[in-house]
Amino acid sequence: MSALQLCLIVSSLLFCVGLIGALARSNTILVLLGIELMLNAANLNFIAFWRYGPHPAAGTGMMFVLFSIAVAAAEAAVGLALIIAVHRHRQSVRLQEANSLKG
Amino acid sequence: MIIALIIIALLILGAASAAMLSRNLIHSALLLVGAWAGIAAFYLWAGAEFVAFAQGLVYVGAVSMVVLFAVLLTRQGATRAPVEYDSIKRAVFAFIVAGGVAGILIGAIMGSPLEGRLPSPTPSVSVLQLGLLLMGPYAPALLIVGVLLTVALLGAIVIAAVDKPEDAP
Repeated sequence: MSALQLCLIVSSLLFCVGLIGALARSNTILVLLGIELMLNAANLNFIAFWRYGPHPAAGTGMMFVLFSIAVAAAEAAVGLALIIAVHRHRQSVRLQEANSLKG
Repeated sequence: MIIALIIIALLILGAASAAMLSRNLIHSALLLVGAWAGIAAFYLWAGAEFVAFAQGLVYVGAVSMVVLFAVLLTRQGATRAPVEYDSIKRAVFAFIVAGGVAGILIGAIMGSPLEGRLPSPTPSVSVLQLGLLLMGPYAPALLIVGVLLTVALLGAIVIAAVDKPEDAP
């Protein structure tokens, strides 16, 4: 098994751990953290393909990961603000209780 | 080289799965900080130092603080209330789905002809080169990311702010 395959397997397993967190838990914060883990797994893939790809000197993979991290930071900020807003309306962070649009 | 990768991978996966299975929200958040630090170590291992520092600053530094603030602000009543699991059925289905996805992905990875690639020497993209790339061909993307971050943070403040009707003019 080559190192590239090992990197890809690690990122696949990390993606699946995040998927379990997003599907099995009902706490909104944990679901958001699971989604963050899945996004990080995608970033691991970018770096792995950049490192073992044909043109590592171009730096394209690093650029993509930098922008991806910036977008993930924005997503985390907005997601956690939404969680706080929902908690203020419903006094709960369970996903099952956030089931109406107009709180 | 491979040994270091395996150690880093075990650190990442162990911390992430412990965080996703933990019943204590604070423990989950702190274990995820460990997982993000492990991912930064992976970037260092792969030779992407600048991305590793960006990961450390953004995730280990900033996102973890935001998560901890959200945990503290949404905490109800008892200080050590465990986050209970909901239903066995949902957990079982989640494990089935995630296992299926993992099987498909790993099967595809093992079946693809990736061994032909030469293990190139560690590429060195210096910070100078990254800066030239960011200011040159990627300048529009950089501007768009700046606007996106501004809009997202303003939106987050607007969403999370308390609206008091009596203060309205």
